[in-house]
Amino acid sequence: LVFTEEDKYGLYSNLLFKYFLAEGVVCGHELFVASAKEHPDNILKELPAPLLDDTYRNELGEEATAVKSEDFQDSMKIAWRYQNLPKMEASPTSTKFGHYYDVSKTMPPELFQSRNWHSFYLPEELSLQPKMKTCNMNSAYTRLLQSIQRIIYQEGFDGSDPQKKQKNILRIGIQSLGSMLWGDDICSSDTPEDIHSLTKFLYVLRALLRKSLSACIITVPAHLIQNKAIMERVTNLSDMVVGLESFIGSERETNPLYKDYHGLVHVHQIPRLNSLICDVSDTKDLAFRLKRKLFTIERLHLPPDLSDTVSRTSKQDLAESAKLLSSGCGAMAIGKKHLDF
Amino acid sequence: QGKFTLLRDTRTDGSFLVHHFLSFYLRAGCKVCFVALLQSFSHYNIVAQKLGVSLTAAKERGQLIFLEGLKSCLDLLFGEEEQSGQPSPLQFLSEGASDLKALFDFVRTSLTPAGSDSWKGPVLLVDDLSVLLSLGAAPVAVLDFIHYCRVVVCSQLKGNIVVLVHSNEDSEDEENELVVNSLCHHSDLILWVEGLATGFCKDVHGQIKIIRRVSLELTAEKDLVQVYQYKIQDKNVTFFARGLSAAVL
Repeated sequence: LVFTEEDKYGLYSNLLFKYFLAEGVVCGHELFVASAKEHPDNILKELPAPLLDDTYRNELGEEATAVKSEDFQDSMKIAWRYQNLPKMEASPTSTKFGHYYDVSKTMPPELFQSRNWHSFYLPEELSLQPKMKTCNMNSAYTRLLQSIQRIIYQEGFDGSDPQKKQKNILRIGIQSLGSMLWGDDICSSDTPEDIHSLTKFLYVLRALLRKSLSACIITVPAHLIQNKAIMERVTNLSDMVVGLESFIGSERETNPLYKDYHGLVHVHQIPRLNSLICDVSDTKDLAFRLKRKLFTIERLHLPPDLSDTVSRTSKQDLAESAKLLSSGCGAMAIGKKHLDF
Repeated sequence: QGKFTLLRDTRTDGSFLVHHFLSFYLRAGCKVCFVALLQSFSHYNIVAQKLGVSLTAAKERGQLIFLEGLKSCLDLLFGEEEQSGQPSPLQFLSEGASDLKALFDFVRTSLTPAGSDSWKGPVLLVDDLSVLLSLGAAPVAVLDFIHYCRVVVCSQLKGNIVVLVHSNEDSEDEENELVVNSLCHHSDLILWVEGLATGFCKDVHGQIKIIRRVSLELTAEKDLVQVYQYKIQDKNVTFFARGLSAAVL
């Protein structure tokens, strides 16, 4: 269960959401798209087009060789010990895992029309009566759960139909859960009427996911939720929690530390399933940028501080931002926030 | 015997302790009732196998009674009317009645020794209690449930209870903090797992504080506190004194 905290204007989290679905189409998985905002048909029309492996790798390869040929000439003179360290890898070298997508083009409709996909658009579903026991949950959530459970059962994702030979995976995408469009007021008021609806929904969803061959991504406008206790409980109930913070409209937009990037990626929790430990990467500072064709997530590294006219105040700023970055990841450990050396 | 152990984690995941206690008590030959609310049976089974215990075998011989919260929840909400006539342990979800009596009855019936049992002492293991609050149980109901369990398991049956809770120092979840603080006062042993104050480290995953509540024994002594650091590996967890991690020495 991948839980994504939306950025303020929802631009980038929407992109991540579409990537998840597009990957599903390309891999031949079945899709289930739920939204209260946009009709799922429209969402599917806007999925990014997959890039054929060769063209992308060629592009990457060209860039890499261009950089390499320059660097070979100047070997380091003063900091020569660092020469032996591998170059900072901003983006992962091409691995066979997953596909790349071209954001400037949309996916050709033939690709996803051949797949089996299901949609849940809240305004259309409100007319039907829920058949399951409501357990005091928001009725929109109840209907969504019922719909998901029905698809899982009917299409045999939970192994209930032994006749089905080909096992497939169901990719579920739920957009903007918890927002007012779903009838939940946790985003609009400090003391919401029912603070347990979202957490109950997540628990039942988690149960459904564990029982079947499915994966789910949810985006939530976390910045609107006033009651932080809900966010803590939600983090506890999800396997993976990722937060996107975009720089639009914030003071970080002009911070020279971030000039190449459009936002930060906060990984709050990574899944720890079927083992005692989880696979934590070396670095916690990730940032994303949206180039014309690609959306990339890279390690954030400080550009070299070359100018000697940098005033003291801006240096202080840089240091502050750098400190805020290494806040760590929930599954392993997070240090206290204000620890001065 | 008759001890209440509280596992508490802050800003990190203390579930490795749950896996440890589960395999520890099973290997010791105790009858274990495991209320697993957060993960599926196969997750615990796979980890337990790495630690050398088979949960399926334990379930078959009646040593382990496993309540898989996720599965019961689905049966309750999507299943047809109950066939067996027994109310589901998670009844509080559907009724909106905020007491956990059905859950307590489940625990009591599973741990009360049947005539043919030859297991040493009963043990109740809960992973994790904070989830009950997320599901709509009132904090008082959760505390009542623990209290009833203590009466039956610790006092009457002379067994042990181990419970995992999450907490945060600057947490805004007041209900959770209420439950955790209250449980801390009643525990005989607290194992408090925290992230390092200095942040993420690859070789030391965190520190564990062991608090033996000697003060509860009315001998006017202070609680004993010991602090160790730990590193989790695939099949094992190594503990060492602060600052003496293998990477440093």
